[in-house]
Amino acid sequence: MNKELQVKALENGTVIDHIPSDKLFKVVSLLKLEGLKDQITIGNNLSSKQMGTKGIIKVADRYYAEEEVNRIALIAPMAKINIIKNFEVIEKKVLSLPDSFIGLVKCPNPKCITNNEPMKTRFETVSKEPVILKCLYCEREVQEEALVLK
Amino acid sequence: MSTKSIVSITDYSKEQILSILDHAATFEANPNQNILNGKVAATLFFEPSTRTRLSFETAVNRLGGRVIGFSDASTSSSSKGETLNDTIRMVANYADIIIMRHFLEGAARYASEVSNVPIINAGDGSNQHPTQTMLDLYSIQKTQGRLDNLKITMVGDLKYGRTVHSLLMAMSHFSPRFCFVAPDELKMPEEYKIFCDKNHIEYTEQTEFDADVINQADILYMTRVQKERFTEVMEYEKVKNVYTLHNKMLDESKENLRILHPLPRVNEIDMDVDCNPKAYYFDQARNGLYVRQAIISNALGLI
Repeated sequence: MNKELQVKALENGTVIDHIPSDKLFKVVSLLKLEGLKDQITIGNNLSSKQMGTKGIIKVADRYYAEEEVNRIALIAPMAKINIIKNFEVIEKKVLSLPDSFIGLVKCPNPKCITNNEPMKTRFETVSKEPVILKCLYCEREVQEEALVLK
Repeated sequence: MSTKSIVSITDYSKEQILSILDHAATFEANPNQNILNGKVAATLFFEPSTRTRLSFETAVNRLGGRVIGFSDASTSSSSKGETLNDTIRMVANYADIIIMRHFLEGAARYASEVSNVPIINAGDGSNQHPTQTMLDLYSIQKTQGRLDNLKITMVGDLKYGRTVHSLLMAMSHFSPRFCFVAPDELKMPEEYKIFCDKNHIEYTEQTEFDADVINQADILYMTRVQKERFTEVMEYEKVKNVYTLHNKMLDESKENLRILHPLPRVNEIDMDVDCNPKAYYFDQARNGLYVRQAIISNALGLI
């Protein structure tokens, strides 16, 4: 393949590819990349055969635990995770929505205790397709469109 | 931390529900006992509810326990900005059990996580009120002689009424058949109908509150249609008297039919129904005492 790389190849680390362009910065905040000292390359609105445009994030020298990357499934379930060592993809991971989320999602119910007390939210996954989460405190179900990250 | 807390009716298995109901019957036979002697119960009512608080406090007093607490958050430290976490941890130092009502949903679940004494949820916003559900079950069992295979007709506000939702979930253990009677604005939410489908529970839905639906029922569970639930005042005016039960509507009803209502009622049950032997709502409220005695004793590991 003679295709020119749009983003420089990574020697070691994690590549999160096929992020919908409008979700890229949400993924950035979900992974708390802002405070990291590692080298990070972020590309957005890159051309993609499948998606039209896409976003990509490359984090050098960092490997994420399964439950950390799986959170991405909340906002970009089609994203692909590639683990790179020595410029080679040694593992491709498919995202799977975790069964529970602690401190990650904000409850949309203003009368929920979690919005009125300094505490972590807890949600369980009721359905993966379509995404429906349930707040374990006020017991309301939240659909994908209404999801807000903390 | 505490496994004996009761926050939601779904915290109880079918066997636990039946065991509580059995114990409630023994408390009804003998409501004055001394099994809470030396115990202190805290009733923390962050939102006032005189009816529920008196029922709980009577339950504790008749079992020989003592009660501390407050009946209104404005007289408690939460009005100074104290977190629920801090209030619960502090009271847990003093009391053997905490009975709480809160205007925020999920407050009791959170309290049960931070407390090292059992929490009994006496209502958290529009979420759960498990002792109400348990007294509804007790009333149904007592009047029908069983919980299985009953036809239960729910009337009024089925959208926002937490009592009907909790009763529906609790009755799912007992193969009921439901009929939901409500105006379009206040229909049973989809998630509960999906719940029925998943659990193979038969239900029908209609907007007319007619003789047919009354005559087939074993239990008629009435709820209040509240004006503030309607976006259009006209819509409320149209339906406000449609879901009112009058004594003459009961002429052809089944002999075993009983009418339940979580109270307070406004105009959804006409006063002329009160003298009908099928009216059970005041007895239903009294049953709350025995059920709460059973729930408190169970939470403290005494029965």
